Amino acid sequence: MRAPTIDPRRMPGYHRGRRVALQVGLTAIAVSWLVPVVSAFYASFRSYRGDSLKNGVFSLPERLSFDNYVDAWNRGNIGRAFGNTLFILVPALILTLFFASLVAFACTRFSWRFNVFFLVLFTAGNLMPQQVAFQPLFQIYKRIPWPDILSDTNTGYLLGTKISVVLIHVAFQTGFCAFVLSNYMKTIPKEITEAALVDGASVSRQYFQIILPLTRPALAALGTLLFTWLYNDFFWGSVLLTQADQRPVTSSILVLNGQYTTDYNLIAAASVMIALPTIAVFIALQKHFVGGLTLGSNKG
Amino acid sequence: MSGKITRSPSPSEVGIPMFTRRNIVVGGSVLSLAALLAACGSDEKSSDPTTAGTAAPSGDSTATTAGGSTETTGAGAPTGDLGEVTLGGIFTDDVPNRAILAAIETTGLDVKLNSVDRDSWVQNFNTYLQQPDDVMGWNAGYRMRAFASKGAVGDVSDVWETIGPEFGEGFKSASTGLDGKQYFIPYTFYPWGIFYRKSLWEEKGYEIPVTWDDFLVLLEKIKTDGLIPIASSNDGGWQQMGWFDMINMRTNGYDFHVSLMGGKESWEDDKVKAVFENWSTVLPYYQENFAARTWQEAATSLGAKESAMFLLGSFLVSNFDPEADPEAQAIIDDIDFFAFPEINPEFGQDAVEAPIDGYMKAKSPKNPEGANALLTAFGGAATIEAGVAIDSSVIAANSAADTSGYTPLQKKSAEFVSAAKYISQFLDRDTDPDFASNVVGAAFSDWLAGGSIDDVLQSVEAQKQTYTFE
Amino acid sequence: MSSDTTTRPVTAAPPAGRRKYRVLSGGDRLWLKFAVGVPAALHIGLVWIPSILTAILSFASWDNLRPISTVEAVGFRNYWQILTIFDINLFPALFNNLVLIVWLFVCSAGGMFFAYLLDKNIRGSRIYQSVFYLPVVLSSAVVGFIWKSVMFSKDQGLLNKVIPGASVDYLGDSSKMFEFQLPFMDFSLGLSKNFFAILVAMAWRHIGYIMILYLAGLKAVDPSLREAASIDGCTEWQAFRQVVFPALKPINVVVAVITIIEALRAFDIIATLGTQRGTEVIGTLVVSSLTGEGGGRTGIGSAYGMLLFLLCIGFIIYYLINNFKNTDAT
Repeated sequence: MRAPTIDPRRMPGYHRGRRVALQVGLTAIAVSWLVPVVSAFYASFRSYRGDSLKNGVFSLPERLSFDNYVDAWNRGNIGRAFGNTLFILVPALILTLFFASLVAFACTRFSWRFNVFFLVLFTAGNLMPQQVAFQPLFQIYKRIPWPDILSDTNTGYLLGTKISVVLIHVAFQTGFCAFVLSNYMKTIPKEITEAALVDGASVSRQYFQIILPLTRPALAALGTLLFTWLYNDFFWGSVLLTQADQRPVTSSILVLNGQYTTDYNLIAAASVMIALPTIAVFIALQKHFVGGLTLGSNKG
Repeated sequence: MSGKITRSPSPSEVGIPMFTRRNIVVGGSVLSLAALLAACGSDEKSSDPTTAGTAAPSGDSTATTAGGSTETTGAGAPTGDLGEVTLGGIFTDDVPNRAILAAIETTGLDVKLNSVDRDSWVQNFNTYLQQPDDVMGWNAGYRMRAFASKGAVGDVSDVWETIGPEFGEGFKSASTGLDGKQYFIPYTFYPWGIFYRKSLWEEKGYEIPVTWDDFLVLLEKIKTDGLIPIASSNDGGWQQMGWFDMINMRTNGYDFHVSLMGGKESWEDDKVKAVFENWSTVLPYYQENFAARTWQEAATSLGAKESAMFLLGSFLVSNFDPEADPEAQAIIDDIDFFAFPEINPEFGQDAVEAPIDGYMKAKSPKNPEGANALLTAFGGAATIEAGVAIDSSVIAANSAADTSGYTPLQKKSAEFVSAAKYISQFLDRDTDPDFASNVVGAAFSDWLAGGSIDDVLQSVEAQKQTYTFE
Repeated sequence: MSSDTTTRPVTAAPPAGRRKYRVLSGGDRLWLKFAVGVPAALHIGLVWIPSILTAILSFASWDNLRPISTVEAVGFRNYWQILTIFDINLFPALFNNLVLIVWLFVCSAGGMFFAYLLDKNIRGSRIYQSVFYLPVVLSSAVVGFIWKSVMFSKDQGLLNKVIPGASVDYLGDSSKMFEFQLPFMDFSLGLSKNFFAILVAMAWRHIGYIMILYLAGLKAVDPSLREAASIDGCTEWQAFRQVVFPALKPINVVVAVITIIEALRAFDIIATLGTQRGTEVIGTLVVSSLTGEGGGRTGIGSAYGMLLFLLCIGFIIYYLINNFKNTDAT
């Protein structure tokens, strides 16, 4: 069911001329909004030493090529970094949504003493500044032995594995997602589960066969948001992983910051490559973004 | 129908369609594309380390990758029985990266490289030490001694027994911790000096100043000639520390400087104020708006003959890349440096700032014998020669290293430092690192932006009291 | 007996006001315990426990390298130091946070404004939406690079190239745009020019984020209400103030809390732009004491962290009460 369409002519303040002015104004603002991104994009096709440094950054190009992209890919080990990002992102995404829906399910479909307490716990936890938890978390990870079979880096402890990053992401993001999903699940009529209860379905069947399918839109919306947040994470990837070859792609841009030289165009190319996945997901799944952000907010 | 919202509208009510097949396909293809890319990336994982000892020396090394790890099998004598040694450090730049790979080749060891960019390396070193590589690059001076006295790095005195004869006294004392044991293997160093372009100075008739008064007169002359006398930068907050160090050592002597760095003198002392008074006499000749300028930008202005001189380390020349810019080689050949002018005749020009870079051993390395072997190799002439041959912005610390291939600048640097009576390491390496960047560096920024000297020094002294100096 | 359960009416009448609860089986209970227990254990163990430990560490002194046995309890000394000796760092940072709160509220209003404009069903609104939201999907490393090098760089930046006149050092110029002195401090507080540059970069991101929230909220406002207002002869501004804005109240609460919390825990963008002197906020103070070059100021860093937490907690509690009170009421 789509939202009722607004007929602009029947809204207060409608005026033909004003609409034209509005379009023009918005276009101008949109163009200036994009200027930083377009400049970086433009810079990525030029060579630093040969071109930008001599002729100026915004001059017409001597030569346009994909050289910077190839160079950034190799020197920044970006292929490997993407692999690391995936290794962290996919399990974190799935686990977070799974755990959050479990918690939301248990807290909203059943009445028990600590219902609200747990929801409060999770929501407050997500609003915490991450810097506050970092230091002791590091020490905790350092002391948990982790067998090599389960480890991706064989450090002997949980510290230094990408798994440790997955775990902290799940721990943090479950909070917000549980809260949002619980709001959503409250809108699922009790009658549906009531029927199942009467039929003798177990709780786990209720969850997997009734609630989970019904929650799909919310999960999809949250999933797209979560993808962006997890992908763009900068803090945990750089402080928990000391081996450079384990770092996710967003930290890999640092590698291209030379100690002595900053090849501006090279970093521009790396930035474009790093930004592409989130931009692609955003454009393709835009509606879900909007849905995801509002799932928790439209509360009566 | 009331306008009040009584419950959350479901996404479908606000126009979000159910999860459609199209969206799954798009989302799925994005993810699988990324997975495909990742598979390409991880194929770079190179040869099985255990073949190092058995294969005939084939001199294979993997592609130069500035980030992440590189597995390199040396072409030297088969030492596969020592296993893999891990080495971490700042090897992300092209030239230092090739240099370290060449150096590793001469060692004949199987080394796994962990290349990190400078900022991450230095910022995260404290956490890195909790899970370090076997061998790691670091700096001499207080910076090393602080970690050594906390028991965070390994004792390498046994390696020094082998390599000791090839290093001067100054280097050994820079590698020694407070307990008298060595914790550091020196590798390279580079001096700080005032750099200039010879052709420009000849053309304008400038002469190298020896005393402070000569220096001030020269600066005024350059200014009236329409050039920028002193190229300046302070991005990161550390470049201006060079000025403080040199003026302090010239005004108050090396011993006072070390004492001040060690937290044993008050920053409100008149001697310290005198340093700032002297410093303020050259500020009018600085390049303007230098607070966020990078040293590369300032160096570029030196190369372009817009500014006349620049106080920096000899890594300045790495800003000019002959392969990318045909004029760069001409600039490099034209660059020379001179010693900071004398202020107080009692001290003359006896002190030189020359930070020493080298390697330390982890407290409990996974491969102790391998780590020792690598460190011994790093302390040897053959390895450093291979490295310096590629990276000409630094000079070998090992006195037995062959210097015949040195550029004129390198030769002058080597002589310059070896002739010096005292070698300092630069402010952020000579004192508690946190104190250096968060207190002193910030204080310099404040003062240079126009703060009051008394307020600034009082704050520094008060904050200093909260630090424990070793 | 027919077992065709699908046709049995569901409203097998419990008395009005009382629900019929089935007693949960043992297996069910176990399942539920795991369903909540595992995520909760993870969350408590990795988020709450470290935070509590940070609180404890803020009363101690430790250099993070020596063994745990060297942790030394120092009572309130860390707090005393950050308030008296390091006040030269702390209060300018807190003032920056305050400025950020005000600024982000202005940006949120801007976001609402853009959302309102885009809600008018004009052509290409989807494109405008994407453009404004684009900065939000970019990683902060990318945003940092774009603003530091592409826009603000003194010698290469776009702004310096395009705006005629002498080059401005946007990120380095820490001179104050306005200053004032509070009686008990011997340094002045003010807004640094380079922090203002950071505010521009943050606005670029924040406006799009808030705009999307309001867009969705506006879609849920009943258009017949607004039609009625138009028929009654309201001007647009009146209609907005009296019809649309009140209907957005739940979103306003969320936006307000998000804005304040983001302003308090700001870190990413400032760090990637280099944490220049004059742009510090409480978030950067925490990190620079815990991981910076020294990295050994665990006590001080934790004290800064607890201060940050205390500032946030009031708003967090307000948000929770607001939301969960409404939950129980529904």
